[in-house]
Amino acid sequence: MLNNLDLEKKINSELNTKVSSSKIVHETLNVSIEKDDLKEVLLFLKSNHEMKFKQLIDITAVDYPNKKNRFRMIYLLLSHEFNKRIIIDFPLNENEKVFSITGIFPSANWMEREVFDMYGIDFQDHPDLRRILTDYEFEGYPLRKDFPITGHKEVRYSEEKKKVIYEPVKLEQDYRNFDYNSPWQGTEYIKEIKKNNE
Amino acid sequence: MSKQTKTLNLNFGPQHPAAHGVLRLILELDGEVVEKADPHIGLLHRGTEKLIENKTYSQAIPYFDRLDYVAPMNQEHAFALAIEKILDIEVPIRGQYIRVIFCEIGRILSHILNITTQALDVGALTPSLWGFEEREKLMEFYERVSGSRLHANYFRPGGVHQDLPRGLDADILKFCNEFPKIIDDLETLLTDNRIFKQRNVDIGIVSKDDALDYSFSGVMMRGSGVPWDLRKSQPYDCYEQLSFKVPIGKNGDCYDRYLCRVEEMRESIKIIKQCLEQLPKGPVKSQDNKITPPPKKEIKESMEALIHHFKLFTEGYRVKKDEIYTAVEAPKGEFGVYLISDGSSKPYKCKIRAPGFSHLQAMDYLIKGHMLADVPAVLGSLDIVFGEIDR
Repeated sequence: MLNNLDLEKKINSELNTKVSSSKIVHETLNVSIEKDDLKEVLLFLKSNHEMKFKQLIDITAVDYPNKKNRFRMIYLLLSHEFNKRIIIDFPLNENEKVFSITGIFPSANWMEREVFDMYGIDFQDHPDLRRILTDYEFEGYPLRKDFPITGHKEVRYSEEKKKVIYEPVKLEQDYRNFDYNSPWQGTEYIKEIKKNNE
Repeated sequence: MSKQTKTLNLNFGPQHPAAHGVLRLILELDGEVVEKADPHIGLLHRGTEKLIENKTYSQAIPYFDRLDYVAPMNQEHAFALAIEKILDIEVPIRGQYIRVIFCEIGRILSHILNITTQALDVGALTPSLWGFEEREKLMEFYERVSGSRLHANYFRPGGVHQDLPRGLDADILKFCNEFPKIIDDLETLLTDNRIFKQRNVDIGIVSKDDALDYSFSGVMMRGSGVPWDLRKSQPYDCYEQLSFKVPIGKNGDCYDRYLCRVEEMRESIKIIKQCLEQLPKGPVKSQDNKITPPPKKEIKESMEALIHHFKLFTEGYRVKKDEIYTAVEAPKGEFGVYLISDGSSKPYKCKIRAPGFSHLQAMDYLIKGHMLADVPAVLGSLDIVFGEIDR
């Protein structure tokens, strides 16, 4: 059985050109790769007899709106045989596509659909890329940082039309984001209102 | 002359008592044989992950109760552990034991619900009536310790909110002594029941390899004979000091999964008993007042305590820039939290890994070739709760 340090060395030597950096954080190995090498790296991790990362735990993305590469994809794998976890990640530009890994891990199907639904990241060769968690005909990508927490549309039952209708969100009070950092100066949104009035 | 056949599309749910919540299942039927199942989920989507990004760490804990709402504290546990690891806080031993006690109570709560509703789906009414009486007793323990029956908000990074009220440990012990008798009663109704067996044996078989491929965890995986339990393999809190067995199935069908759950309840009772025996004295939460609030009495007397209290409940504590994945063995499987902090008092991202999500995904694989009447049996044994799947 390999410990984390040996695992790191082994992965670096076997996949040397494909690994851009690796580190051990909280007893888990984190490996950064390039977008195009994803399939090969995962296949290697899954089939290598000293690793056997046979289970895909989760796929997720993170949104960094101010970075050059807006998204970061994260893949979590688990090896039951050796009781090890590994985290694979790579940066991704807003209009780039990712290779779907449903061929390697069937469970990636819904996980990729969720990432598509929440972040709008497109997966190449995905068998059935539809929205999954949001409403039918939903617009926008909720987990992007620029999506407002209140959303864009609200639904209600219309007595006149005898059906459920969608309308733009109308809130009695705006969503207030308290930052609390300096309560005596007022929060950001009050400062903004003051500035606008001046 | 050739015979013409046509497949029938059937819409199962979202308002159907056997759908275990708001599941919409589009079934393609050839006669009574299911050819394809396409689950439509998200009808209970509340945007938990987005909300958590906009709340402080302590405000985020109640959202975890609302994920798998039949075993709330197990979810809080994963979140608390993630923050503890980033902040490097030591949880006092008593706090760890109390958390384990309530996690196992959560496991029993969830398994009772699953076993009895699965029985209800295949036609047995009595188990649910008997089982819900016991769940009520367990939820009373929740209420006595946290003030609410379901959405407890009891675990905190660094321990638990408050100590057990006087007499609660004795009452839990009394329950532990009585409950195995109830499990026996439930088993006499189900385990050898001809109808129950006809509906569950050899239905929804999962092989070992498929359990891995489809990201199964928990009972779904152990039922297929994979000995894997995070409490044993990657122990957290005080699970290392406790002795318990991990029941493993043989055939990977609905019936084996039912048997695993029954045995797990018995093991949980053993764990709770051990915890109550070994329960040490001492604080229940970290004494670092930068993370956990000082006692109310001190706030009245000490300026420092007052400042700590004020800062904790307005700004909240800050968590240094880091990333971590922590998982716990929730009743339904591996429940994980992938937390990214950016040094402020709110999480930058908090991805919740719900076990039911990948279990339900395999619905098409599990049900293909089975009869329509097997759909509720398989759904029941998947142990799905929409709070966690839809998030």
